[in-house]
Amino acid sequence: MATIPADTPLPSRKAATGRLRGVVKALRDAPLAAVVILGGLVLAALLADLIAPYDPTLPVKGAEMFAPPFWMEGGSLATPLGTDFQARDILSRLLYGARVSLVVGLMGTLVAGGIGTAMGIISGYVGGWADQIIMRVTDAWLALPAIVFAIFLAAMVGPSMWNIIVILGAVYWTRYARVIRGEVLTLRERDFVKLAEIAGASRYRVIRKHILPNVMNTATVLASLTVGVVIIAEASLSFLGVGVPPPQPAWGLMLSEARPTLMAGQWWLTVFPGACILLIVLATQLFGDWLRVRLDPQLRNL
Amino acid sequence: MSQFIIRRVLYSVVTLFILSGTIFLIVRLTGDPVALMTEASARPEDLERIRHQWGLDRSWPVQYVTFMQNALQGELGKSFNYRLPVSELYFQRLPNSLTLGLAATLISLLIGIPAGIISAVKVNSAWDNVAKGIALLGLSIPGFWLGLVLILIFSVWLRWLPTSGSGDWRHVVMPALALGWYFAASMLRLTRSSMLEVLGSEYIKLARLKGLPDFVVVAMHAFKNALIPVFTLAGVNMVVMVNAAVIIEVIFAWPGIGRLLYEGIFQRDFPLVQGVVVMAGFMIVGINLVVDVLYAFIDPRIRLTR
Repeated sequence: MATIPADTPLPSRKAATGRLRGVVKALRDAPLAAVVILGGLVLAALLADLIAPYDPTLPVKGAEMFAPPFWMEGGSLATPLGTDFQARDILSRLLYGARVSLVVGLMGTLVAGGIGTAMGIISGYVGGWADQIIMRVTDAWLALPAIVFAIFLAAMVGPSMWNIIVILGAVYWTRYARVIRGEVLTLRERDFVKLAEIAGASRYRVIRKHILPNVMNTATVLASLTVGVVIIAEASLSFLGVGVPPPQPAWGLMLSEARPTLMAGQWWLTVFPGACILLIVLATQLFGDWLRVRLDPQLRNL
Repeated sequence: MSQFIIRRVLYSVVTLFILSGTIFLIVRLTGDPVALMTEASARPEDLERIRHQWGLDRSWPVQYVTFMQNALQGELGKSFNYRLPVSELYFQRLPNSLTLGLAATLISLLIGIPAGIISAVKVNSAWDNVAKGIALLGLSIPGFWLGLVLILIFSVWLRWLPTSGSGDWRHVVMPALALGWYFAASMLRLTRSSMLEVLGSEYIKLARLKGLPDFVVVAMHAFKNALIPVFTLAGVNMVVMVNAAVIIEVIFAWPGIGRLLYEGIFQRDFPLVQGVVVMAGFMIVGINLVVDVLYAFIDPRIRLTR
């Protein structure tokens, strides 16, 4: 066993495409509701330019302010879900809003997952001082409610969509770091890692070829469960006025703009954007639960 | 045991230093508070004078040490905007946040524990599926949106409850529900898994073998033991809710520390923001320390690992 050279080819590219095919196949038995909702929202986000009837940032010509949805008295099919305080079309704003939510949700998760996985691997594999420092920083980060930390950072750095992505990534990486570190601690003791080390593989090589592929499943599951959290966080920040700045059509921002007239009973301004957030988060949760059972039975109780 | 406690206390202190240092650094890296609080036409010597007055002309390490020294004596600096000590403002608002946090905790327990027990006792039944649905919705419905919808239903349409402010119990119902909803889901999940674990244990099997009725087994034997972790989480959650209710407090105009933070942010009141955030860290590190030590007392295995 010990004579295996360090650069023995591992299940490589060929196996990876096979795995990709497996993923596509597996998606067929994913929860239908989740796939339909997520697919629909992704399409809405991608095709917003084509399918949205109006510019989301400009008033609709000839439309009233606060027009109700089409089935109510005073509503019209020209603006099927009504208009807001600037006579902008709600439907168009919702469609473009899907773009903001998805981009922030996915990119924020990617940043969080990237930082967290890197930190977790360094902490678990290198150990010693690096481990101590990273774990103490993780403790410190977890000592603040994530949303308070995010509000604080957003208020200090200033509102923009890209700032929010970086901020949410910087807030939500800690869970990855902790879980991945735990995994790496056991991986480090496994024979194939020990053998690679004995055979003279560098730390970098061991991490890239042996550790990283083995923590990817866990990272993926964590990511699927983080997307929803990040989307709600973005909506919260935008609602408070420290997130995506107007006139961009973010769902959280739409809720915030609906608030002054809530008492007048214009429910469609509040109900539609919130229902969109609810749907997208519900779908990611369902999908994440399914993925968790599928990829890693040990994580079932996470 | 004492070694365990010492180590945990030490970790907590380090955690607080890193946290407060980070907060302190971010506040200073992201802009000049003096430039923001004065008018653009202010003369340089005036800016200098104000900086000196607030102690902002000293080096950062000196400022940080002073800040921490004062913080440890319960003094968090002076608010730019109110010209009052931050701690005074903070402790004025804290009781309101505690009331809201307590009410939200009660709601989360009232929803989470019964639903969790039913779904564990009747596992994989229709009831269990309903409970799973509640748990899923708890994580998916944004709390602040729930708050807005509650206002729409109970204040605008039914006119049963006041929209905002504080006073009697009717002011607490909606914010507490909006805040506690998310945590009800985590209570439910934990109660369910904890009950399932206990129900599968030897002593419960023995109790059943003795021929005790199902109700007695569940209510007297399983319930008590299964609820230790649930109440621990409820305690931790309450501290989190007291500190994390910013949006709910803003929506319902609830005069707690969350809204104090929000006001501080919009008035660019850096000492206030810094103080509230650092206090949140103190509280949560504190409760985690208490829980860890209590658990180490209850369960010796915890002391020995790590």
